[in-house]
Amino acid sequence: MPDPAIGRAVPRRDGVAKVTGRARYIDDLTMPGMLHGVTVRSPVARGIIRDIRYGSGVPWDEITVVQASDIPGRNVVALILEDQPYLADERVNHPEEPILLLAHRDKQMLEEARRLVTFDIEPLDPVFTIDEALSGERVIWGDDNIFKSYLVGRGDVDRAFDEAAIIVEGAYETGAQEQLYIEPNGMMAVAGPDSGVTVWGSMQCPYYVHKSLAGLFGWSVERIRVVQMETGGGFGGKEEYPSVIAGHVALLAWKSGRPVKMIYDRAEDMAATTKRHPSRTRHRTAVSADGRLLALEIDFVIDGGAYCTLSPVVLSRGTIHASGPYFCPNIRIRGRAVATNAPPHGAFRGFGAPQSIFALERHMDRVALAIGVAPEELRRRNFIRPGQVSAVGQVMRDPVDMSAILSRALDMSSYHEKRGRFDRENVRGRTRRGIGLATFMHGAGFTGSGEDHLASIVTVEGTRDGRVRVLSASTEIGQGTNTIFAQIAADTLRLDVEDIEIAQPDTAFVPNSGPTVASRTCMVVGRLLENACRNLQHVLIDSGHLTSASGDFKPACVAYVEERGTLRASAQYQPREGAHWDDERYEGDAYGSYAWAAYVAEVTVDLDTYEIHVDDFVAVQEVGRVIHPVLATGQIEGGVAQAIGWALYEDVVWREGRMANSQMTNYIMPTSADLPTIRVHFEEVPYEGGPGGAKGIGELPMDGPAPAIANAVAHATGVDVRRVPLTPEALAQMLEVARV
Amino acid sequence: MSDRTLRIRFEINGGSGDVETHPMARLLDVLREQLHLTGTKEGCGEGECGACSILLNGRLVNSCLIPAVHAEGAKIVTIEGVATGDQLHAVQRAFIECGGAQCGICTPGMVLAAADLLARNPSPTLDEIRSGLSGNLCRCTGYMRIFAAVVTAMREGVPT
Repeated sequence: MPDPAIGRAVPRRDGVAKVTGRARYIDDLTMPGMLHGVTVRSPVARGIIRDIRYGSGVPWDEITVVQASDIPGRNVVALILEDQPYLADERVNHPEEPILLLAHRDKQMLEEARRLVTFDIEPLDPVFTIDEALSGERVIWGDDNIFKSYLVGRGDVDRAFDEAAIIVEGAYETGAQEQLYIEPNGMMAVAGPDSGVTVWGSMQCPYYVHKSLAGLFGWSVERIRVVQMETGGGFGGKEEYPSVIAGHVALLAWKSGRPVKMIYDRAEDMAATTKRHPSRTRHRTAVSADGRLLALEIDFVIDGGAYCTLSPVVLSRGTIHASGPYFCPNIRIRGRAVATNAPPHGAFRGFGAPQSIFALERHMDRVALAIGVAPEELRRRNFIRPGQVSAVGQVMRDPVDMSAILSRALDMSSYHEKRGRFDRENVRGRTRRGIGLATFMHGAGFTGSGEDHLASIVTVEGTRDGRVRVLSASTEIGQGTNTIFAQIAADTLRLDVEDIEIAQPDTAFVPNSGPTVASRTCMVVGRLLENACRNLQHVLIDSGHLTSASGDFKPACVAYVEERGTLRASAQYQPREGAHWDDERYEGDAYGSYAWAAYVAEVTVDLDTYEIHVDDFVAVQEVGRVIHPVLATGQIEGGVAQAIGWALYEDVVWREGRMANSQMTNYIMPTSADLPTIRVHFEEVPYEGGPGGAKGIGELPMDGPAPAIANAVAHATGVDVRRVPLTPEALAQMLEVARV
Repeated sequence: MSDRTLRIRFEINGGSGDVETHPMARLLDVLREQLHLTGTKEGCGEGECGACSILLNGRLVNSCLIPAVHAEGAKIVTIEGVATGDQLHAVQRAFIECGGAQCGICTPGMVLAAADLLARNPSPTLDEIRSGLSGNLCRCTGYMRIFAAVVTAMREGVPT
């Protein structure tokens, strides 16, 4: 049998196609007779649509126009609630809200047509900030502007505060962040009364799109087909929004009777689609003089924008992660997602956890300062240990050792030596240096009973030449799904990775393995793949073609297919044994496993320009077994880079609910010249619930860098950093405040 | 803008190109839509991201900012012209080996930028690699694996 593939850097599946430019993304597709589609959007944040005017200058009779009244089924984007329309009908609730769709074969004329549409909208008073939303002075959503709230915790928090000698308080804020996948969103559709609707596009979750289209057309799901093309980055930004674009392009195709392609340009993609939720977190902490956490009270609020979309689940993850990798006997966490008249905020790597972890990890440094204990020491004294319970009552069953992870990170970064040296040297010159850390965890897979409800399925089939094809809806979006799936299947079946094919996600052929989100693809879907492969072996064992699972799969498969035609097996997710989750009380085993990490950032602050540069970055984590060392390292480095962007450069400027800097020219993401060397180390502790021992990895690296950097800046300058991004302007202001 | 079109002839990926187009059409669109060379990508349309990088007369340019008329008589190399048949360029091999490509949308431009960097400077320092690739944005990798790919290709020796 071949060498095991797991643990080796086997060649990436899509490598050759991508380095030669042969990989096919949605904008690379054309069809005969194809039209282009565009969206006409609301110029205002909130109001009542009184009239739509079509200015003269283009042949309107040649242009396909779709408005809300053209929708054959339900005008609802199917997500958690049913509050978001595909096209605004009477009211608009945020800038850039889609109102009309246009299609024509000539892109230039279409642009002119878009400009010639004007709306007469009677304005209503909007709400733009978390405080305005919470005040309830103007109600723009539901009864109280609150999409969702949670109250979780344990112990007797009030009593602990009454008895505490030391209480540390603080409020922390994080800004919106654009996912900025380099391939803008795009879709193509054909639609007809006989053929139904087929959509091709850039997406993370084919079955989300599938479900939403079925409702939009009022058809049974068999008449809808969704195909994922090569996808040029997602990071959560192609989780929910593609359902909107797919619906739009399908409506245009339906009305025109022609294939229609809609590709967003960069400015439209940045201004109109989802971003990371802005947040505000208030902490109140009771702590003993020797640094034991006695009580945590945390109030976590995220700005969801105008519609509910995925805010309840973003809030859930942020709430559950708000108390971090620490044990505290008394915890109360309140989480609220509020409505504002901004475009809906949505999924972005980390999904609420980076926001609440930023607050906690910055707060931990402030608690340490207040009681005169070193930041790493305060953390060490409070790390959660096996057998202890989390804020929502999850008993930690896995052998977590945060202290060892932290020690490794401190060693790799020469933390103690540098901390002392910077303290001595930060007295002269016009630069200051600092070093800071963050310790954190990230739960993999859907929260609580989420995976039970998804009940994901993976199918594998043997081919006539003894190869195996993997059928799943889990998408390759750059993170390496196809490569690790080949490794997992190959090792289970004792085949070479070259013998594994990965089918293109196409709802006409692949089962629903769930969305490609929440760090679940490797751990949850990979495990299903492992099980499906075992089931495939059992089919061959039951038929007598294979004597045992360790037998030679290939000839058995060839013989079986020759005799019987089709060799297939599937596996469906089964609730984890011994795991309990109470949806009502929001209590229990929140995640199947957690990845654990300690990150250290070293910075230089220029006191004349207020620029902050990250000079060194150490990322130590335990993600179970590493399936593919190069891909896993790439996931950590890429996530750290995005988080450095969030911490220092990426500033969404809001003007009346609209992103004012919706260009790559003025929304600044890190270039290759901006980043430090990112040093990655994995502590490998195999997790028995994951394929080959792996846990989730993708979101983890988004959580730690911002607080580590903020703590380093605080160390360098003495500024009490309370928010990110730390742009030069923001730091200048903080330094001014510190001087007064 | 007038509707007048112009015939433009150039050398592309070792062959000849001959298109009828508006003189101010973006070279990116001419490549993608008229010549069906879709390996060149559009990420921003304003010269910031470098996904549309090509070599024009030996210089790395953003094809979204180049009017088609500038291609007259020029020598163009796109990502489709980097490999020799099935034989990948050393930079392409290194990108696969080192994990330099993730989602792949910046990769064609990044491969051209890396090959161009090595052609001009066969043994760049890490700082030279950092600044040499800073016109090409990647949102997936954090660039570290791309730097590793450039170093690996450099050690292999890149054909010029």
